[in-house]
Amino acid sequence: MNDKFDCIVIGAGPAGIACAYTLAKAGLNVIVFERGEYPGSKNVSGGVLYSTILNKLIPEFWKDAPVERHVSKRRYSILSKDSEMALELSFDSFNNPSYNNSFTVLRAKFDRWFAKKAEDAGAFVLAETVVDDFIWNGDKVIGVKARREGGDIYADVVVCGEGANSLLAEKAGLKKKPTDHQMITAAKEVISLPREVIEDRFNLENDEGMTMEFFGDAVKGMIGSGFIYTNRDSFSVGIGCPIAVMKKHGMRPNDLLEAFKAHPMVKKFLRGGKTEELSAKMIPEPGYKNLPKLAAYGLLLTGDSAGFVNPSLYREGSNMAMASGVMAAETILEAKEKGDFSEAGLSGYVKRLNESFVMKDLKRYGDAPEKLSDTPELFKEYPDAILKMAEGYFTVSGLSKAEMQRVARKDFKDTISVWKFLWDMYKMRRTIV
Amino acid sequence: MSQESEVRSQEKGIKDFLQLLQSRTLAEKLYLVRFKTDTESHLKVDPEKCKPCKDRDCIYICPADVYKLDEKENIVISFEACLECGTCRIACEFIDWKNPKGGYGVCYRYG
Ligand SMILES: Cc1cc2nc3c(=O)[nH]c(=O)nc-3n(C[C@H](O)[C@H](O)[C@H](O)COP(=O)(O)OP(=O)(O)OC[C@H]3O[C@@H](n4cnc5c(N)ncnc54)[C@H](O)[C@@H]3O)c2cc1C
Ligand code: SF4
Ligand code: SF4
Repeated sequence: MNDKFDCIVIGAGPAGIACAYTLAKAGLNVIVFERGEYPGSKNVSGGVLYSTILNKLIPEFWKDAPVERHVSKRRYSILSKDSEMALELSFDSFNNPSYNNSFTVLRAKFDRWFAKKAEDAGAFVLAETVVDDFIWNGDKVIGVKARREGGDIYADVVVCGEGANSLLAEKAGLKKKPTDHQMITAAKEVISLPREVIEDRFNLENDEGMTMEFFGDAVKGMIGSGFIYTNRDSFSVGIGCPIAVMKKHGMRPNDLLEAFKAHPMVKKFLRGGKTEELSAKMIPEPGYKNLPKLAAYGLLLTGDSAGFVNPSLYREGSNMAMASGVMAAETILEAKEKGDFSEAGLSGYVKRLNESFVMKDLKRYGDAPEKLSDTPELFKEYPDAILKMAEGYFTVSGLSKAEMQRVARKDFKDTISVWKFLWDMYKMRRTIV
Repeated sequence: MSQESEVRSQEKGIKDFLQLLQSRTLAEKLYLVRFKTDTESHLKVDPEKCKPCKDRDCIYICPADVYKLDEKENIVISFEACLECGTCRIACEFIDWKNPKGGYGVCYRYG
């Protein structure tokens, strides 16, 4: 395999495959290296796949792709130890094509399908092959070192889509090793139940799906959250917290997951289910100002390896990965035409990103985690106080309503500073939604 | 025994019990995950760095309890159960983390 390729892609995740698919369609000679037994075998998400980009690449992909359910219901809730305040939103219009571009997927299945599409388009996808390093000629990347015989492979340009554990991007000096504040670790289980049970329990019809996000006591009042996403005949249940926060509290991810599953407001959703698989993965949240260098001579950084995740309530990573993959491909096509793969020749990549939702959203929301960690009350004191006040309002007792409300309000004011609360709420308004 | 220390020892008892329960369920859960096990560990620690380390974050932060202490308080690594999330590499600067051989390691069926 000593031929030179137009492009080498590292990683068959959404970023890498979207790039390879676009290049192969345009007739370029592209090879994808994937370290897993098959594409998707190492990959985990919640996961809602946001599909605006995919639907452009493969129109009406949902007719063919292994999607689980389309998301027409969203539920957000705040937990205290034994109470819950929830907001549930249902949109019937999301039940029609293109289903609001939100589908639950299981990545081991989805990524495999997507990689097959790239192969069909002419890309060469080589699984069970780890890339260990780039091949440099001075300050130019001219290929990669794959861990196999004859593993030095050359190309005009290399696209790194290695995901959140960005060993190669760090090795290339494009980014520093992330700090424990900049990485979330999530642990998740896929729990199976018969399809009808899921539909009855979550009040779903046909292929409708629901996402549920839980805050507050979901992760012991720490910064972070828990989630339940419905699949066809299973659901994904997980928690995620910044590594620094778990370290500080001495919390084990699996203990947090078990505690979440055992919370009185959560366990009723899981009743009778059977755990099929445990998984864990990191989510990058570097913050906008800490985004890495995205291009070097002969090298582009995409997806999670570049830190492209919207950390707000929208929680988008898959579509940003695909968008960056496609924009990398468009830039490469442009560079090929000019015959210039230098950093200047590839500068269209950053330009495209800046003009797209990727950088616009990262700019707006990217620093949310940092702001949230300045206000830890949001995850513990405020939910507790609000739910306690609500409990006071709704408790049926011998007291007059006016008396009870007075007590509830007084309790609220005694536990938290109302002015700080209002100010924090005001600050958060733009941060998370 | 003072009342306070009695409460504390009770709490500890409950905690120990929970710990037992949870590590058993974790082992059971890991049993459900498909692994293709290599003979060589892709994770390495430097015993010299571990000796003076007080926090032992690796032990707490790993979702699969890969890092444990033996009787002599040395770190032992059950790399076979590693879910390859990368958390330990971020949590401790002294862990040498390499990708397992191509096709080896965790192989999710759902993900
Ligand atoms: C628990 C969890 C929940 C999430 N929920 C959502 C959600 O609901 N919605 C959403 O949009 N996003 C979600 N995300 C984020 C989303 O999963 C990622 O943003 C997305 O997968 C990034 O795609 P990627 O292609 O950049 O990286 P990945 O999907 O991580 O793909 C990287 C690929 O590269 C391969 N690879 C890595 N290194 C090498 C190497 N050296 N050689 C060869 N191959 C290599 C890997 O095996 C992998 O296949 C979630 C993430 C997690 C962890
Ligand atoms: S691996 Fe790191 S955290 Fe664990 S004992 Fe060694 S130095 Fe400490
Ligand atoms: S990569 Fe994740 S699962 Fe593997 S040892 Fe490190 S923390 Fe544990």
